[in-house]
Amino acid sequence: MNYLLVIILLPLFGFLINAFIGKKLPKTISGIIGSGTILVSFVLSSVFFLGFLNGTQQKIDVDVYDWIAFGDFKITFGLLLDQLSVMWLMVITGVGFLIHVYSMGYMHEDEKFHNFFSYLNLFIFFMLLLVLGNNFLVTFIGWEGVGLCSYLLIGFWFKNQDYNNAAKKAFVMNRIGDLGFLIGMFLLLYNFHSLHFGTIQTALGTIQVSHATIVAITMLLFVGAMGKSAQLPLYTWLPDAMAGPTPVSALIHAATMVTAGIYMIARAHFLYLLAPETMQFIAVIGAATALFAATIGVFQNDIKKVLAYSTVSQLGLMFMALGIGAFTSGVFHVVTHAFFKACLFLGSGSVIHALHGEQDIRKMGGLRKWMPITFITFLLSSLAISGIFPFAGFFSKDEILAAAYEHNKVLWAVASFASFLTAFYMFRLVFLTFTGDFRGTEEQKHHLHESPSVITFPLIVLALLAVVGGFMGLPEVFHAKHFLKEFLNPVFAQATQAGGEMGAHETNSSIEIMLMSIASILAVVAIAIAYVMYVSRKRIPAKDGEQYGIGKIIYNKYYVDEIYNALVVKPILVLSELAHDVLDRTFVDGIVNWSGKFSLMAGAQVRKIQNGSIGFYLLFMVVSIVAIFAFVFLKN
Amino acid sequence: MMNVMLSIFSVVPIQYYIFISAVLFCIGVLGVLFRRNAIIIFMSVELMLNSVNLLLVAFSAYHNDASGQVFVFFVMAVAAAEVAVGLSILVTIYRNVHSVDIDELKSLKH
Amino acid sequence: MLLLLTLFLPLVFALLTYLSGNRFAKYIALLGGLVVFTCCSFLKLALVHNNLAPLVFVHDWISNPHISFALNIDGLSLTLVALTAFLVPLIIFTTFRKEIENAKAFYSLVMLMEFGLLGVFMASDGFLFYIFWELALIPIYFIALLWGENKDAAFRHRAIFKFFVYTLAGSLFMLLAFIYVYQIAGSFSASTLYSLNLTDKEQSVLFWAFFLAFAIKIPVFPFHTWQPDTYKESPSAGTMLLAGIMLKMGLYALLRWLLPVVPHGVMLWTPVVMVLAVIGVIYGSVIAIKQDDLKKLLAYSSFAHVGLITAGIFTLTHEGFQGAVVQMFAHGFNVVGLFFAAEIIFQRTGTLSISQLGGIRTVAPKFATCFMIVVLASVALPTTNAFIGEFLLLYGLYEYNTWLSVIAGLTIILGAVYMLRMYQNVMLGETNSLTANFEDLNWKELTVFVFLIIGIFEIGLVPSQFMNMVQPSLDLILNYSLR
Repeated sequence: MNYLLVIILLPLFGFLINAFIGKKLPKTISGIIGSGTILVSFVLSSVFFLGFLNGTQQKIDVDVYDWIAFGDFKITFGLLLDQLSVMWLMVITGVGFLIHVYSMGYMHEDEKFHNFFSYLNLFIFFMLLLVLGNNFLVTFIGWEGVGLCSYLLIGFWFKNQDYNNAAKKAFVMNRIGDLGFLIGMFLLLYNFHSLHFGTIQTALGTIQVSHATIVAITMLLFVGAMGKSAQLPLYTWLPDAMAGPTPVSALIHAATMVTAGIYMIARAHFLYLLAPETMQFIAVIGAATALFAATIGVFQNDIKKVLAYSTVSQLGLMFMALGIGAFTSGVFHVVTHAFFKACLFLGSGSVIHALHGEQDIRKMGGLRKWMPITFITFLLSSLAISGIFPFAGFFSKDEILAAAYEHNKVLWAVASFASFLTAFYMFRLVFLTFTGDFRGTEEQKHHLHESPSVITFPLIVLALLAVVGGFMGLPEVFHAKHFLKEFLNPVFAQATQAGGEMGAHETNSSIEIMLMSIASILAVVAIAIAYVMYVSRKRIPAKDGEQYGIGKIIYNKYYVDEIYNALVVKPILVLSELAHDVLDRTFVDGIVNWSGKFSLMAGAQVRKIQNGSIGFYLLFMVVSIVAIFAFVFLKN
Repeated sequence: MMNVMLSIFSVVPIQYYIFISAVLFCIGVLGVLFRRNAIIIFMSVELMLNSVNLLLVAFSAYHNDASGQVFVFFVMAVAAAEVAVGLSILVTIYRNVHSVDIDELKSLKH
Repeated sequence: MLLLLTLFLPLVFALLTYLSGNRFAKYIALLGGLVVFTCCSFLKLALVHNNLAPLVFVHDWISNPHISFALNIDGLSLTLVALTAFLVPLIIFTTFRKEIENAKAFYSLVMLMEFGLLGVFMASDGFLFYIFWELALIPIYFIALLWGENKDAAFRHRAIFKFFVYTLAGSLFMLLAFIYVYQIAGSFSASTLYSLNLTDKEQSVLFWAFFLAFAIKIPVFPFHTWQPDTYKESPSAGTMLLAGIMLKMGLYALLRWLLPVVPHGVMLWTPVVMVLAVIGVIYGSVIAIKQDDLKKLLAYSSFAHVGLITAGIFTLTHEGFQGAVVQMFAHGFNVVGLFFAAEIIFQRTGTLSISQLGGIRTVAPKFATCFMIVVLASVALPTTNAFIGEFLLLYGLYEYNTWLSVIAGLTIILGAVYMLRMYQNVMLGETNSLTANFEDLNWKELTVFVFLIIGIFEIGLVPSQFMNMVQPSLDLILNYSLR
């Protein structure tokens, strides 16, 4: 447990150092502190991981202290380390460390270098808290904390108000999800009197909770996941989030934070298993997102935007896996996706770095010549994400597709088509960026160079992982041990027991081989089409404003942002002004002021009696006295 | 003494005193209401006071209780003080505005 | 004895401050604030030593009508006394950066205000409470009226006058209510009033008499219209006193004097109050989105926050009560931090118009960080104080009614919208002619922020000690409220 605390607190320590005295330190030291703390965390995590691997490490579930506690109410601050969280731990610290190293090169010119590292460390801290919390509320700290870091890092170059808008959008959209999460927690707390994962899991057997409640809880938690993991309809922040520096996109918006939703649902799988309706809903949303984002990805021209939509699409795939009960496959894809997507983002960063900030693939081309390492790593990762055998993506994606086939043929078809599109747009990206002739300015061409080793080193490591990462989950048809499935079995035991329907791998091997072949063929065809279009025929995407038809609509992302603007943002702004000017100042305050004015008016009327004429006063007095006498007299 | 008083009442009934007091009082009230000279109003007020005094004395004798007469002295003392203050205010007003007509004395309105 | 000392020290220091003359006034006032704070720490020790049983001081004051000088410190009172004792010296310290005209009067009024506030939070006799309630209004009226910085003096006079009359008018209803219950109980003391058996009809009317007074002070929708203008027109120290501490008078009074005295009236009218409070939460948040004046934006945001606290109190649940107390405490810190930031911006740029600012973060990184932390605390980010409060409040509200909780929960979204929009337009982007020479925080300003930030995280990370101290008093109130 102490080591666990060290793992969490080290990044916080790094954050504090860089935040308080980072300015006075040389950049190298600042970077080393930032990366070093993560490295130590990674090493310690590996110790835990190996412990779990050879069975010496037991699940850790400890309460550190009573956080919110009074009377009968008690929510502790506690940590939980089991096979599921250790997987994430490895990804966060491992990939996180590589990206820290990369950032030392990438951000070297930036004057707020130490700020960058402090934010990154803070992010890792919150992310670790998210995956290590032993109850929903501690997870929620991390959940909102990573949202904050995402906000800070998207808007890292805060002089540009567009970036700030993107950051704000990300935060607010996440908050919409968070409200769902929060209400979900209220339901849990109300029904189970606890937010502790283990307690709830055991209480499910003893406490009678209506099915509708469970569905509501799972749905609300999923709303949280929709926000954090950029699913329909709350996905629009993620493409905008590419305003942040590229390492941020790699770390937060590809490898770790956006997978928090998947982690949370995997963590709460025992609830989801009781709510088939929600599972169905998740599967549909996941598949829809996968397809929707993939189509947008096909028409984007910004290298990072393509990758962003690809991330949204892959996350959709993972959610689909969760929705059909293939939790292990979802987690598997999270891990492999972290490898190749981080590599792709970092590769695109390397390209952008070389081109001094150019992100438009129409102005790239032929970079293979100047940037061989970046090209090779990028290519390997693209092969992995496209699902080409034997790269990582092949295995994880195949598992999901197989499970989907078993569950529902439509889902499978949608997911396969999304994968087809993925292979296409990824290779469109590869070909447009790295092959053909350079289409940028002479000035840029003159400065083209391969990135320094501090940048290429993480690329190489990640590319290697993208190549071999898949072997942790070999399919059963290969008669190999599915390592990940066994490893995660203690966590998902309930899910596996829940029936053959959930365990996709009962599929007979001939069907599975058929599915694999279809997926591979689709990927190869897609790559071939991309090759024909962009290498043989040397097509270049149309300039802005010259698109037409469906291409234009998709290029403009189906105008979703515009629709949200018109339906939500504008009305709220108008309402805000109306509420202030008309309702508040004129109406509510009007009544208050009117009551004041009424007093004045009444006073003015009454004052007329005081006309100053003594005779009138006297008359009034006498008449009044007579009236009083008359009254008293008549009353008796 | 007592017999004399009682014999007076046997000759002049109490109703007469009440009547004359009422008349005096009404004259006073009307004077206050309809005259415009502040001094006359003042005198009318005095008339009202004295009509009450008369009534007090009459009842005092009638009930054979001296406290009514004590009260009359009290009223007279207060009236004297009032006249002293009131008249001096009037004199001051007259010095300033050269009039004691109440229709013209409206400047306190504002 | 300690109670008396704590209560009257501010009065003594108010006199000393006035006598010390303009030059030394601020130091004497600060000293006074710190001494009171020390006394307050001793009070806490005494309370803990007493096993959280209330500390009581009773002295018969007036025999007919029967009014006693009764003070009472339990966990709830101590929380607010501590808030006052902590914030007053801090607020005094925020004014150290500049010269104040007629300083002796200003600081002396601030100390007098502290006297009134402490009295409100300590009094356990209804009449005494009323006296302090009104006493606290007088200094703030003069502070706002005479030291307001806005050039449009006529507008300021109107706004402050409206505030004064409005709150005073509300208080009269409270006085009537107190007199009425005195007629029946023969005493103003809290314990007598708590055990009073009033008919439902009486309670129903008394409820509104009390509630009006408290609702105007808090303020609850639709009695809030004095607030934005008053906050805007007051000098920052006055705004901080108003928003940081004085609002809590109303909330505290709900807990101390409304719920236990007329529980059936509360039962009867809770739905109405709930709806008003939740409307206030959304209404304030929505209006804040488009405000251009920084102080008015903060005023509306504060209005939204206290709406949620009011709703939490009326849930009559442990969670709602605890959330309300934590949030009262938290809101004190956050709102003072926010208004202090606004004050710093106004001092250096001469404007509070959000659209004219921008780029301050480039030139003042320390200020940007401090401001950011306070902004995050006010949008209830976990690990900050307001999160604990809002979590419990919304949960309490959930226990009362799911849909109200969902609607009120929108505040976490809208709060993020207006706060981040404000922060973005004020602090981020390119500098302009107004902000290009913005000086970063000096040590005095930094000290204030550091104290606030420590408070923000302390309550956010280890609130349970605080909660356990308050719990017995809240249990008691809840028992009386549910009788």
